[in-house]
Amino acid sequence: MGMPGFETQPLLKTRFQNYWLNGSYDEMFEAEGVPRPQYRGLYEMLLSLPVEEMRRRKQAADISFLHQGITFTVYGREEGTERIFPHDLLPRIITSAEWETIERGLTQRITALNLFLRDIYHEGRSLKAGVVPSDIVYSCRHFRRQMREFTVPKNIYITVVGSDLVRLPDGSFAVLEDNLRVPSGVSYMLTSRAVMKRVFPELFRMAGVRAIDHYSETLLATLRALAPEDRPEPNIVLLTPGVFNSAYFEHAFLARQMGIELVEGRDLAVHDNIVYMRTTAGLRRVDVIYRRVDDDFIDPLAFRPDSALGVPGLFNAYRSGNVTLANALGTGVADDKALYAYVPAIIRYFLGEEPILNSVHTFVCSDPAQRQHVLSRLDQYVVKAVGESGGYGMLIGPYSTAEEREDFRARILADPRNYIAQPTLALSRAPCFVDGSVEPRHVDLRPYILYGDEVRIVPGGLTRVALKKGSLVVNSSQGGGSKDTWVLH
Amino acid sequence: MLSRVADNLYWMSRYLERAEHTARIAGVHLNLMLEYEPASQDRRWWRVLAALGNLDPVEGDVFAAAQSFALDQIVAAIAAGRENARQVREQISSEMWEQLNRLYHESRRMGTPEFWASQPHDLLLSVTESAHLFQGVTDSTMIHGEGWQFIQMGRFMERVHATARLIDLHFEEFFRPENEAMNASEHMEWIGLLRSCTAFEAYCKVYTADLRPERVAEFLLLNPEFPHSVRFAVDQLRKSLGAVHESAARKPDRLDKLAGRLTAALSYTPLEEIMSNLHEFSLNIRRLCGNIHAGIYQVYIMYPIEAALES
Repeated sequence: MGMPGFETQPLLKTRFQNYWLNGSYDEMFEAEGVPRPQYRGLYEMLLSLPVEEMRRRKQAADISFLHQGITFTVYGREEGTERIFPHDLLPRIITSAEWETIERGLTQRITALNLFLRDIYHEGRSLKAGVVPSDIVYSCRHFRRQMREFTVPKNIYITVVGSDLVRLPDGSFAVLEDNLRVPSGVSYMLTSRAVMKRVFPELFRMAGVRAIDHYSETLLATLRALAPEDRPEPNIVLLTPGVFNSAYFEHAFLARQMGIELVEGRDLAVHDNIVYMRTTAGLRRVDVIYRRVDDDFIDPLAFRPDSALGVPGLFNAYRSGNVTLANALGTGVADDKALYAYVPAIIRYFLGEEPILNSVHTFVCSDPAQRQHVLSRLDQYVVKAVGESGGYGMLIGPYSTAEEREDFRARILADPRNYIAQPTLALSRAPCFVDGSVEPRHVDLRPYILYGDEVRIVPGGLTRVALKKGSLVVNSSQGGGSKDTWVLH
Repeated sequence: MLSRVADNLYWMSRYLERAEHTARIAGVHLNLMLEYEPASQDRRWWRVLAALGNLDPVEGDVFAAAQSFALDQIVAAIAAGRENARQVREQISSEMWEQLNRLYHESRRMGTPEFWASQPHDLLLSVTESAHLFQGVTDSTMIHGEGWQFIQMGRFMERVHATARLIDLHFEEFFRPENEAMNASEHMEWIGLLRSCTAFEAYCKVYTADLRPERVAEFLLLNPEFPHSVRFAVDQLRKSLGAVHESAARKPDRLDKLAGRLTAALSYTPLEEIMSNLHEFSLNIRRLCGNIHAGIYQVYIMYPIEAALES
């Protein structure tokens, strides 16, 4: 294959001198020095742009993030708790064929999980049929018995979803976990796109990137579709825990983008099962709440009585059908890491289809045989606590010490329901601009799925990068960053 | 507009006005005391403490108590102002936030007892300048809508209170109805009062440098054109109240009447009558202001749900 990039061998050597391929799938190269077709434009640009110019653009991007105040909060430090979200300059590119599979696969998965949620809070057919062991559902701390026999608007439980996908060495995508409660990160997807358009206009024109700007509009339309039936002009609000929450920037950003009010629990009041917000012009009825407050804290009368973030009486207003909450309460059952193992069976049971996206093989430690298997091979598996997120509470077997393994063995034996194990995954790697050269780093992908009348996914997502060399942990709390994600036409 | 947002904007502004006022009074009296013998200072600092709103009895060194009270009040008011702004960051302009944030960090750096003991004027100057800057930035970068009106209300409500109290305490100490000539040190005290309200130069433009207590009272209480006079602040307060009534489409009769009474007291009370009982006059102004504050909260911010549902 005669590719123009090949004539510039010496430059290639310097720009990519730290770029080597290993067993992981490489997003950019199909072989040493041979870029995949979708990356050819970027590859050539990387070879032609002087390193100073790259640095200048990186700086322009950083300043743009700083000025827009795109920050997240790190807990546990008193001063300067707001940090800029680390960002890599080079886009992650996905072909339209790849995206088509992801889109179909996620639509299938979310549809099935939604049916499953409806089922466990009503007849429980799938539990009786033994598709999922009922003790996994009922022992989950996100199961809300208060939701039983309550029909949520349009039967939609999971309105906003962020599912984490990884790419396996054979190039296929697998779902690593679903976030069905209050997924965050979409503001980074949107702002990082806006910044990239300013920094790489020429590349955008050449590549043919599908737009994602309509996310906020789509979210608003989705929320509107779920409004109580007798409210044709619904008042929609975004409920935030407040300025100290790590995702407060995102809450303020989305509220502004959608043109809806950003409220805290203390702004709302319930009277006769109707929710109002307190304005200077009097009380105004609220019809749909996009809530970014966890189940536990949303109503001190129904859930945790010590919550100061919630609204007393909100749950009863919800059950009376006078207000819609998105997402519904009790959806955390379906993203429990132990339940994850049963999602393929859930898809088969409810839709009668084979899963389109792979799952990662998962051992559930509450099952004696599987537990035995895991305990005898702790050095080969990644062990995760089902209730943790953000990369906390994890044992990465191959990189662990004997002490850590003993510690986890004791923890698993003490509370088997709380642990699962998965084989160590070689996440795919994508090129990143690091210290003047291009180096590969592990990435995952979190697309955002909206479910109102129908499932809608904006073509793109948040690509998270483990910026530390060799690291597999992409969480922002653990040194991860983000990349713009381009889905091509 | 959400009631909580209105509440945050109102207090952000009140706290900044309080920080500025405290800094100015502390600065003026630190200057004045230099020309007096140390023994006579206790009364002065008693008065400063009272003017700043301290009602607790003080034991021991009054000067030290007043210093630490003023310092604490400045630092705490700035922090509280910023905290209020932080809660509504997306409602104010980024220029406002940056200015306020800068002031906050300065006040944390210079607002320590050690720094204060050696260089109090650095902090005082920085606070008064930054407060003026913040006001300018606010007026020129924020929409003059409902939110801005609540900022105005906070500022002028605080100003009326603080100025009326300051004048009251000063007259109680230094005013003698018989037309005796003032001595040099009394003269300095009257200049100090004017300076505490940034009013010395403005007074001279209106009345020349001939200081007479009645004129000082007239200027600080009744002048409709000077921004730190009680009359001016009340007019602004009333204007903002009217604008909010309109934008919130409310007809709060009680608030209107209270504001009207306040204006009437300042417009139609003859100066001689004010001078015959200035303490009572000042108290009445402050009482009416307190009622207006409570009225704003009843109508716009903390109203009971049941009442709001009936109307």
